[in-house]
Amino acid sequence: MTATATEVRAPAPAVRARPSLGARITERLSGGAVRVFLVLVGLFWLVPTIGLLISSLRSPDDMSASGWWTVFTKPSQLTFDSYRRLLENGDITHSLLNTVLITVPATVLVVIIGSLAGYAFAWLEFPGRDWWFLGVVGLLVVPVQVALIPIAELFGKIGLFGSILGVVLFHTGFGLPFAVFLLRNFFAEIPRELLEAARLDGAGELRLFARVVMPLGGPAIASLGIFQFLWVWNDMLVALVFTKSGTQPITVALQTQVRQFGNNIDVLAPGAFISMVIPLAVFFAFQRQFVSGVMAGAVK
Amino acid sequence: MASAAAAGAPPGPAASRPRKSVTGTRKTVAVLFLLPALVLLGALVVYPIGYSVVRSFGTNSGHGFAGFDNYRTVFTDDGILTALKNNVIWVVFAPTVSTALGLIFAVLTERVRWGTAFKLVVFMPMAISMLAAGIIFRLVYDQDPGKGVANAVWVSVHDSFAQSSAFPMAHPGRRSPLVAEGGGFVTKSVVHAGRPVALPLVGVAPDKMPDGAKRAAGAKAEPGKVTGTTWQDFTRGKGVGRLGAPDPGELGYPGMRIEAVKDGKVVASAKAAGDGTFTLPAAADGARLRLPAANFREPYNGVQWLGPALVTPAIIGSYVWMWAGFAMVLIAAGLAGVPRELLEAARVDGANEWQVFRRVTVPLLAPVLAVVTVTLMINVLKVFDLVYIIAPGSSQDDADVLALELYRRGFAEGQPGVASAIAVLLLLLVIPVMLFNVRRLRREVRR
Repeated sequence: MTATATEVRAPAPAVRARPSLGARITERLSGGAVRVFLVLVGLFWLVPTIGLLISSLRSPDDMSASGWWTVFTKPSQLTFDSYRRLLENGDITHSLLNTVLITVPATVLVVIIGSLAGYAFAWLEFPGRDWWFLGVVGLLVVPVQVALIPIAELFGKIGLFGSILGVVLFHTGFGLPFAVFLLRNFFAEIPRELLEAARLDGAGELRLFARVVMPLGGPAIASLGIFQFLWVWNDMLVALVFTKSGTQPITVALQTQVRQFGNNIDVLAPGAFISMVIPLAVFFAFQRQFVSGVMAGAVK
Repeated sequence: MASAAAAGAPPGPAASRPRKSVTGTRKTVAVLFLLPALVLLGALVVYPIGYSVVRSFGTNSGHGFAGFDNYRTVFTDDGILTALKNNVIWVVFAPTVSTALGLIFAVLTERVRWGTAFKLVVFMPMAISMLAAGIIFRLVYDQDPGKGVANAVWVSVHDSFAQSSAFPMAHPGRRSPLVAEGGGFVTKSVVHAGRPVALPLVGVAPDKMPDGAKRAAGAKAEPGKVTGTTWQDFTRGKGVGRLGAPDPGELGYPGMRIEAVKDGKVVASAKAAGDGTFTLPAAADGARLRLPAANFREPYNGVQWLGPALVTPAIIGSYVWMWAGFAMVLIAAGLAGVPRELLEAARVDGANEWQVFRRVTVPLLAPVLAVVTVTLMINVLKVFDLVYIIAPGSSQDDADVLALELYRRGFAEGQPGVASAIAVLLLLLVIPVMLFNVRRLRREVRR
């Protein structure tokens, strides 16, 4: 907002100032001033999103005539017309469906394949186990950009280019290092006695995995699932490269409208808001799991 | 960097014995568990790394060996150099600003009861796509102060300090006693006390005339003082009327600033009344009268956030909006682990809040701060969506970053060789962190 420029610089002096000056600043910040400051920052963080929401509820004519804040004095501007038109637009609804068709399998696959591998790295024995695991950890920070061209050519050769399956596979591949890393570390903490007891009851390896390890891994699996879900749902770059017009998700469909930003605001604002609804719902419903996923995934 | 403990409480005491297989599995079972993951990782992550390295030494057409040509392009091409320069700006500022803000927020939220609500608000942008954030900030940064909230606030702050002018288009008409000078206008000849001066201008649109404008009146002569009128010397529908004298229906220029200038120095000044009349003291006798440029400035139109000069800082601002919450949450978690007794001990010893923060809290948090900053640096290296969406076509070249340039070269301009070289460069930049992760974990794995 206004103050991106000021905001960018503000903290530095506060941190580097001489103690005497800093001391005075901090003392004055105590109590009421801290509250005022935090309320202002909170507003600062909310206003851009509120602006988008209100913009999506105004007609294009109102949008080109005045700022969104005029609704506070003239609430009659609010209308659901843009949303109605958007949801009647077959391309947009189809792209929303594509987003779901990409996100759900990519999340489920990462959870299943990642759990299997995480369990193997934690509890099975095979030569070079720890080295293999370290190799996977090394892949955590590989930028997706490195794979765009090679995989585009590969998918082109095997006929996956432009397909939803291709995008799902790509997201699964790049979700796996984190999944394996997170789940292996979590599974390794499962008490050995539990596994041995189940083994004595005659459980086979697969049964042990399904009945003991997966249920105990619940919290980590939830974090991973939510993290991966949001990651894939919000992706634009991968889909931009690997989808074509019939398979593109909502992010790519909206992206095509950005070049004519002013003229397409009645599509972009409600479209962006619709694309945000699911992630925000997931975020508010599963804050704790999301936070732990983000914290564990600090490397990604 | 990433702690498994963060993913929830471990279900029991950590296994201290070496984690031998509890079932005495055959190796084939292990292979079956691992196979799907290893195949996908191999095909989609490892193979592309190797292929990118090979491809970066090939020509763009894919036939033949290009040696280091692609890398030479990376370090000589103007477009890519701009991207490199912008990436440096991004990597230096975006993570540090986000981390600093996160630290400030984390420390301050501990002092209010609604800290959790605040954290939720600041953390929320993490959940939305960069595309949505991009659209949000395209709206925020709209150039028109009537539509973009950034400029709306900026202009109102600016205008409360610097008065905007009322007569942007005014200029002298035919046979005017005024000549242009430095954006304003000055009389051709000197003025004298007791002889009313006429300062006629034209060109202010009728609907732009200030509300206080009244019928222009000829100034009365006053002994020992310089008087005069400044007005719009133009009668609607009747042409110019009498040139150089106020006609009925012609309006004065209220608030117009008039300066008397002698030898380049302002000796007196006045503001015109509603009917355009003004009075200057005797000091103005023998001076020239100037209507300074301040009267005629265009109305202030705000900052060009997305123009070539500011586009990168503006986009970094939107990134900080998205990621300061991430820093805040990680730092808050670290802060929760700082022993309160240490802070209390410092306070008992007479340290004020700032000293406690600077000498105790920050040093104790140093490892967390380092992790957050490094994580954000890796993240920033890959920034693509925000730049792609927020930078308008006209300044996209100025906002360019490596990830965007890679996309353009590889998929829009048919230069996969150059794009692969950029990919390898990105990879090289994250390898130190990769090695750090592996080394750190090697100790943990070998329990």
